Amino acid sequence: MEVSININGTAETHDVEPRLLLVHFIREKAGLRGTHWGCDTSNCGTCVVWLDGKPVKSCTVFAAMADGHEVRTVEGLDQGGQLDPVQEGFMECHGLQCGFCTPGMLMTARALLDANPDPTDPEIREAISGQLCRCTGYENIVRSVRWAAEKEAGGPVTESETPVEAKA
Amino acid sequence: MQVPAPFTYERATSVEHAIELLGQLGPEARVVAGGHSLIPMMKLRLARPDALVDINDLGAELAQIRVDGDALVIGALARHADVLASAVVGEHFPIFHDAERVIADPVVRNFGTVGGSLCQADPAEDLAAVFAALDAVAVLRGAAGVREVRVRELHVGPYETVLAPDELMLELRVPIRPGGGSAYEKVERRVGDYPVAAAGAAVWLDGDTVRDVGIGLTAVGAEHFTAPAAEEALRGQPATEESFQAAARLAAEHCNPSADQRGPVDYKRHLAAELTTRALRRAAARARGQEA
Repeated sequence: MEVSININGTAETHDVEPRLLLVHFIREKAGLRGTHWGCDTSNCGTCVVWLDGKPVKSCTVFAAMADGHEVRTVEGLDQGGQLDPVQEGFMECHGLQCGFCTPGMLMTARALLDANPDPTDPEIREAISGQLCRCTGYENIVRSVRWAAEKEAGGPVTESETPVEAKA
Repeated sequence: MQVPAPFTYERATSVEHAIELLGQLGPEARVVAGGHSLIPMMKLRLARPDALVDINDLGAELAQIRVDGDALVIGALARHADVLASAVVGEHFPIFHDAERVIADPVVRNFGTVGGSLCQADPAEDLAAVFAALDAVAVLRGAAGVREVRVRELHVGPYETVLAPDELMLELRVPIRPGGGSAYEKVERRVGDYPVAAAGAAVWLDGDTVRDVGIGLTAVGAEHFTAPAAEEALRGQPATEESFQAAARLAAEHCNPSADQRGPVDYKRHLAAELTTRALRRAAARARGQEA
């Protein structure tokens, strides 16, 4: 069947089997490898993308179900080459180690800050509770999201020089 | 890579169209909404439908949450996140917010639906216990017309409901009665896991007397997710800790948990009693306006 999905503003139209999962459509058909494919069981959350503006686990949605809908992936976060504040935050606060969970974490973090620009640490932890970082770097992921929130609020931003260990 | 068996895909453009498609495609067709229970089972090939009927475009008809007369109505296609965010749901039945906070995880809740959860009929599903405690009614529609079924009579066994192959769940109707409070208590090993055990309670008080009570249990082998002996024993009794514990003991005695990787039978039975007591205690406190 022909499936057409608007991914990051570009129409991607491909002839696929109905059983093709959205994550594989994004990676194999649209060639966008930023979205990672992890556990395949909707546990790990590295495949999180936005479907019509909301984060979903793309390993648990058929591409056919997204036909005619809008998807945003990690490649769609930056604006004209300018990184999104959550991407900057992950850089500033060492929010990634191996980087495998990062695309999903970034998409969920962006959605969280759009809905709640000043989240508490427990709210950040709740938002990413369906996503696994097997480097167990959660402390710095939470700091990275806080950094982005503070930057967007125009307030004092955590100094990137602050030793990460000092807060752990 | 987990790859489901091949199937044909149809997208419904209206409720009538969905029912028509289900009639044409026969008993091996399945409805897909959020798909967060069905698709994992298809990947493992525990489910092998010949065809899927996608109802995700029917939000205008099927995803409403509203008060209609003396009932709270939750559309079958309402997402878990919508129920959790709904002020009108929380105002009338805080049990939904207790439960939705611990169903799956926030990202899964964005797409998973209320009707999908109930129709999947997983024996460890949370909302079946919630709707059973509230004695809600499911509205089903098929080629033969619309019918109403108590959620307490919806499930005939694990992964099995009374829905005919060409029937679609439209909405859930929860009767609103004065003097009530409700709560849900769950123990899970980690976020997103199935419950080890969970209990929901709805209590209606006349002063300090329990006028009526509903108890729902999940993951512990309670028939129809209910505890009728405990409810019967508690009706008309004083709303005290002693009565709640006595009813909870009955609920635990009458359920039938299985030992698995989440725990042995005696632990699950202990949880059934303890969580029922806690749910009754909080439901009563809410009925008295002592707790939000």
